[in-house]
Amino acid sequence: MSIRNPEIECMPREQIVAMQNERLVAQVKRCYENVECFRKRMDEAGLTPDDVHGVEDLSKLPFSYKSDLRDYYPFGLFATPMSEIVRVHASSGTTGKRIVVGYTKNDLAMWADCVARMMEAVGLDERDIVQVSYGYGLFTGGLGAHGGTEALGATVIPMSSGNTSLQIQTMVDFGATALCCTPSYALYLGEEIERLGLKDQLKLKAGIFGAEPWSEDMRLQIQEKLGLKAYDIYGLSEILGPGVACECECQAGMHVWEDHFIPEIIDPDTCEVLPEGESGELVFTTITKEGFPLIRYRTRDICSLNYEKCACGRTHVRMRKPSGRSDDMLIIRGVNVFPSQIEEVLLRVSGGDITPNYQIVVDRVNNTDTFDVNVEMSETLFADDIRSIEAVEKRITSGLRDMLGISAKVHLVNPKTIARSEGKAKRVIDNRKY
Amino acid sequence: MKVKQLSVFIENRKGNLAPVLSHLSRGGVDISALSLADTSDFGVLRLIVDKVELAQKILSEDGVIVKVTEVLAVVMNDHPGGAAEVVNILADNHVEIEYMYACAGKTLGKALMIVRVDDPAKAEEILCANGFGDTKANEIYRI
Repeated sequence: MSIRNPEIECMPREQIVAMQNERLVAQVKRCYENVECFRKRMDEAGLTPDDVHGVEDLSKLPFSYKSDLRDYYPFGLFATPMSEIVRVHASSGTTGKRIVVGYTKNDLAMWADCVARMMEAVGLDERDIVQVSYGYGLFTGGLGAHGGTEALGATVIPMSSGNTSLQIQTMVDFGATALCCTPSYALYLGEEIERLGLKDQLKLKAGIFGAEPWSEDMRLQIQEKLGLKAYDIYGLSEILGPGVACECECQAGMHVWEDHFIPEIIDPDTCEVLPEGESGELVFTTITKEGFPLIRYRTRDICSLNYEKCACGRTHVRMRKPSGRSDDMLIIRGVNVFPSQIEEVLLRVSGGDITPNYQIVVDRVNNTDTFDVNVEMSETLFADDIRSIEAVEKRITSGLRDMLGISAKVHLVNPKTIARSEGKAKRVIDNRKY
Repeated sequence: MKVKQLSVFIENRKGNLAPVLSHLSRGGVDISALSLADTSDFGVLRLIVDKVELAQKILSEDGVIVKVTEVLAVVMNDHPGGAAEVVNILADNHVEIEYMYACAGKTLGKALMIVRVDDPAKAEEILCANGFGDTKANEIYRI
């Protein structure tokens, strides 16, 4: 097993903490001086950077939230002048507004190094050929995996997403040895390859799959169909993108690179930090990021942390695969979907008074997420002729596609048919199994 | 003549039509004409009834989405070419039909056509001028 940076990755715990102490103090000071949102919260809490001496003071600090990214859209949370920002990425937020993140030159180098570490941790090196089939563009997946592959010195095939037959042909012709994409797309590729009988022409040995929840059963299926070992990766744009954490060859949790990120697990209701090993909401502090640092960012992902040294030799803490969310966000075909976004579209289509009653139904059929939105018919949506009703259906469908970037099947249903419990309709039915 | 029509939204699912008709029957509402337009997801049930307001009240109270719209009712001759005659008059005068349905009448030799057009005033005028004007209410509701 090869380790990219043994000195860092296998650093004894007390040294990791010492490094974090120093970096946290500097980061808090920088944020206080340069980020209005953070300074206000510190002032409200009666804190100054002088109150922070190290990781033991972390729990005193105010949280930051996804809504901050919306409130300070687009660049209001950046801690450096725009002249130092060399790249931005964006993803969908909880409402129509996107969230924007920015990177300095150093941030991009750090990001690439994190991704390269994880590639090496799954057994890749400069002789490998990595097909990156995450989307390239504002989404962090494509360019994040791309930068890491180059930093590793391996050969990158910047495929981006889509065009399955070209993906497969490239994989075969170029002799790709590793694949990066969403797990559902990996499975879809595997099925197509099976159908075409091309499995014995593949040279794949490792797959790095993330950006959406997947089950152990899916892992086995992907491994069987593509003839590779499938690794789980965790990341989010607000913190970095892909590469915040990743499995090593031991596949016993995902190593969080603690020289850059401090994870905490809190009780999402009381906001108290939970004892080691307990399951709760994951909170991140970025201690080296320059362009867009975040202190105690609430990820809303539910998981637990394991500080035991891993069999691979790495000492960096391992997070378990998130088991759920502490808010109502859904991940559908790799895209973050909030019920509030659907409400916004329905409100617009119905003319703005009352949100029609609705229900989101998500399932997985042939390894692809299905996304149905049932909308109860109302006086305002109803018209005497079929064409007008179909036009309403189409307005909702296209409104959702514009808002979310994915297609939903919209069904107009009878009034009062969406089940209510204690007067409140159940908004989400997720039949997928993880 | 102009008549009031009930339009009812019905999700296209087994057993959804029956309760609507049962409610009307319990209220003593008599249906003279009916059509059901459907898509794979939903349907629109259109009814010509004798007690429009009562029917609307019964259905609304039961949470059914119902709208009252005005359509034209034309009594035509029940013989080959009877429907063609009416539709041709409308076509020749550039009146566009949005939808229509028809049923055989109770009066011997007569049939009833319900038609929704883009310009109802013009359509009524033309039909009157062509001898389809003197339709009486009793011919529609208990035809």
